Order: sequence, then structure tokens, then C-alpha cells
Amino acid sequence: MDFLTWGRNPWGQRILTHISWDLFWAALFAGVIFLVAHASYMILSSNRKRGKAETDALEAANKDLPEMITRHSFMARVFHWVMAFSMFALLLTAFLPIVGIRFAWVEWHWMAGLLLTASIIYHIIHATFFMDFWSIWIGPKDIPDFRAEMAAELAGSDDGPKTGKYPLGNRLYHLALVVVGLSVSISGMVMMSRVRQPIFERNPYILADTTWGFTYVLHGACGIALVGLVIAHVYFALRPEKFWITKAMVFGTITRRQYLEHHDPRRWNVKAGR
Amino acid sequence: MAVIRDMMPVFELFQPASLEDALALLDQHKSDVWVLGGGMDSFDWLKDRTKRVSTVVDLSQISDLRGIKEVNGGLEIGAMTTLTEIVNNPVVKAKFGILAEAAEMVASPQIRNQATLGGNVSQDTRCWYYRSGWSCYRAGGNICYADTPTAINREHAILQQDRCVAVSPSDTAPALIALDAEFVIKSAGGERVVKAEDYFLGPQIDIMHMTALQPGELLTAIRIPATMANASFYWEKVRDRNVWDFPLVNVAAAMKVSGNTISEARLAVGAVAARPLRLTAVEAAVAGKPRTEETASAAGELAIQGAVALRYNAYKIPLMRNLVKRAIRGNAQATT
Repeated sequence: MDFLTWGRNPWGQRILTHISWDLFWAALFAGVIFLVAHASYMILSSNRKRGKAETDALEAANKDLPEMITRHSFMARVFHWVMAFSMFALLLTAFLPIVGIRFAWVEWHWMAGLLLTASIIYHIIHATFFMDFWSIWIGPKDIPDFRAEMAAELAGSDDGPKTGKYPLGNRLYHLALVVVGLSVSISGMVMMSRVRQPIFERNPYILADTTWGFTYVLHGACGIALVGLVIAHVYFALRPEKFWITKAMVFGTITRRQYLEHHDPRRWNVKAGR
Repeated sequence: MAVIRDMMPVFELFQPASLEDALALLDQHKSDVWVLGGGMDSFDWLKDRTKRVSTVVDLSQISDLRGIKEVNGGLEIGAMTTLTEIVNNPVVKAKFGILAEAAEMVASPQIRNQATLGGNVSQDTRCWYYRSGWSCYRAGGNICYADTPTAINREHAILQQDRCVAVSPSDTAPALIALDAEFVIKSAGGERVVKAEDYFLGPQIDIMHMTALQPGELLTAIRIPATMANASFYWEKVRDRNVWDFPLVNVAAAMKVSGNTISEARLAVGAVAARPLRLTAVEAAVAGKPRTEETASAAGELAIQGAVALRYNAYKIPLMRNLVKRAIRGNAQATT
């Protein structure tokens, strides 16, 4: 299996052109294997939420909480689904031609890319000024939690620490998406100078051949990574024990009981309003 | 012109005697196989070592791929039929003269004796950057060297430029589109038939291939229906040299004219885009109109809508306009 594709520039020098498309199949395979492995593991694993008695007690102590708690605001949901739509459009326009389904993909691809970039910019502003910015990032505080979670997992216990709004896995996934998403978006914007579009005059010579090669490799590698990341994300969204979170991304709310069962109210204080 | 090194690389040569054997070989070797027809395009690529394959399948021994036969008032032409055979065929000349005229304009007599109809329509583009082995989009790279502010692109596309601005160099392709031909494609898995205009692909669909042939497939025959038999034809090719030159622009028109009214028209232009373009908008605009200077002028203007010049090929825009105008108007010297 090749990783990279090389060509020759007009001076006969060997230059990178793009990643090898073998990697697409590798990413697809890896995503499916992860899916199968995790699904198999989950058959044996326990569902780590609070027990009924503990949750009943918490509910009784938090009767002032509303029946339905806002998990995602309307604009947060709009952003998520716009990003999801643009991501699917990008992946389909990128990889269907690779597997032999021929159609005029380039225009749709960069238009979806512009939509993704706009949604990313919106999200950065929205998350910075209107959401709890720090709730999504990982830090040193997560290490003891991670150890405790692993210990509970290995013991088959439900007694591990409950999370804030976003579990550690969630936040690690978001971090991966930040790196990959920003890289693919920025490299894509640079690559817009290669194609005919109505926004600005194209100039394929803004970078040297070698630099273009790296840009294409970065863009392709990020695209490949997104294949695996999207498979994982859709999988988790459809998992039965996570479906209440998925519904929250559509309707915006979770029940008070779900909040108390899965989260630590001290870490995600809904009374504080974010 | 590519640098000619004249050193044939090593490959395994198969010379099947039957179509079935040829298809089996193509199915076995899939994408690492070169199909050899007349060799007029192949030997350049192979000797220059710009393209390298491990296997070459020579179709010259397959008699089923040759010949011209009448079918239901139309014709079925084997893909390995030479251009000279087409030029000299009495039925082609009598009923589908535009094809004979187009075939006679290809290259030189010596080349036409060897070149095949299937090869002429399936040949690769002549863009010199691509032919020189540079890693452009068409070669699997990530740039078009011809589509830059400093490129030498005198013979490149003015329409449907989409990252690649190479043009289709075939002379017979526009004529076949004008005749509403169908291309018969066979593989080990079966047969499919595509309309002539659908056989050719633009870069927006597939930037690395000129035709709709998939790995393992072979163009076996071209069928020309009786629809446009004995219609009023117009064929013209503009080139730098009077012989042995690819088109700068060529035009093929087949029209049914009643009195002086155009009842039906089929029009195609070559060498202005990566595939020969059927001008459906022009066809619709002239249908039912008189065959006059006014109609022709309007058709010419309509044909070039959306044309964008590169650095050195702006001349192609008025050239294409004028050729379409002449095709609609008719010209005593150029019609058959």
C-alpha cells in the first residue's frame, strides 16, 4: 500500500502531488473495524449511569430543576447540522469520484468547503462569546478522572466519576476534529486559488510545486482522517445508550432525569445558564 | 512535440485472434494494459516512455473488429476499420459523406492507411505539457501547466475549462456526433451502447480520461443510424498546415432542410473543449428557421456564449463563431 503519490515538475525534480488513494480504503476499513470492535465490546460492557436509587434521591433533591433541560441552543444545533451537511457533501464529492462514480464534483466540493469554513468561523465566535468556552477542552484535571474511569471499567462497575456536560471521549473527539477540521479548511481555502471560481482571481503559482504538494497531502490526509472520524461519530450518535444525546442535538433538550443520571451537577451546573 | 526517445520499453505483448480473447485479456489485466489499434497514438506514448504499462493487447489480428456493413439503412463500422477504408467506402460517401470528409482530413494518407476509426475517436489529447510527461491533472498531478498566465496555450480550450484546458483532437468525433452515432462498448461482462456525445468526457467528470471506457472495456464498433442519411452536411477543419495537422477548430453539421427551412439540425464542434461539443442550444435555435445569413449569424453568436480565452487562444472564439455560421449558412465548397 502506498501512502503518497509523486510526480515530476518541469525541471525533472521529483515532487509530492497528493496522498495515495489506497489510504481512503484503509481509513474506511479502520472505521468499520472500530465500529465492529466497539459494538462487540459494548455487548459485554455496562452502561455507566447512576443507579435508580441514587438518581431518585438526586431528583428529589433537585426538584427546582426544570423537567426538560436545554442541552444545545437553537443556534448551536443549526451550526451542528450545517456543519454535518457540509461535511457529508465534502466527503461524498471528494471520494465518490475516487471509487469510480463520475460526476462534476469540483464546484460542489469547494462550495461545501466554503459552507464548512463559514460554519467553523461562526462556531468559534459563538463558542467563545456565547457558550461555556472551557467546557469542551481537555486538561490536567482529566487525568485522575481518566484513571478512575478506567479502574471502574475494568472492574465492571457503574461507580466511575460522572462527567460535566461533555465526557472525556467527547472532548478528545472534538480536539481531533479541531486539528483536522482547521487543517482541511485552511488548506482548502489555499487550494481555491487553483480553481476557477467567482470569488477571486485564480493564481496557481502562489506556492511552489513542492509547497503545493505538501498542501495537497495535508488536505488529502485530513480528508482521509475525517472518513474515520465521521464513521465513529455517526456510530456513537446511533448507539442506543447515546441516542438521548442525539435527540438533544435535534430537539435541544434532555430530561432532568437524564441530566442527573449521566452528569455531575457540580461540573455542569445547568442552573448557571450555559 | 514530445521528446522522442525511440526506445520501446519492455512489456508483454498479446495479439489475440478473437474478440473474446481480447476481452478476457483486458479483464485479467484491468488498468495496467494498453490497447493497440493502429498504433498512431500508442507508439508516441510508449517510445517516449511517458506512459508505461506491463501489457499491450494488439487488436490487429481480430477480423471481427474490421469492416463496414449496412444495417437497417445505417452503418455499423468496426472500430479497427482504417480511415482510408472509410474515406473510400461508397456507402459512406453516398449517404454519410460528412464522415468520409472528416476522415479524409485526418493527418496524412500514410497515417490514414494505418489509423483506425476507434483509435481516432479514442485518442488522447495533444496538450504538449501532458504529452511531455509533466505531472498535470490529467497525468494524476495537481496542476494544469497550460492554464496559467504564462503558459503557451494557443491550441487549448475556450469552453468548459475545468482545471484542465486540453482539447479533443479528433476529426471524426464531431462528424459522428452530427450523425447521431452510437458507440458499442464490450467487456467480459457484457455490452453497452452509448451515444456519441456521451462517449467523450470533460475534465469536470473525469480529468484523467478522455472517454467513458472503463478498465476492461473495448470500443468494438460504431453504429450510424439512418436518421441523418443523405442530410445536408457541412464539415470544415481549420488547421495551421494543409496536411498532417490537428484541428485548431473543426465543425460538423448535419441538417434536414425543407425548401430553405431547417427542420432538424445536429451540430458539433471539436478542439474547443476537452470533448467534442454538441451545440444543442444552437440546434434548438435554428430548428424551424430559414437557412439565411441572419439565422447563421445568430447561431454563431449563440455558439460562443460562455467562451473564455486563455492567453494565446482568443482567436478560437471568432473562429468558432464563423465556422458555426458557415455550417448553418452552408458553403458551396465545404458541403457534401
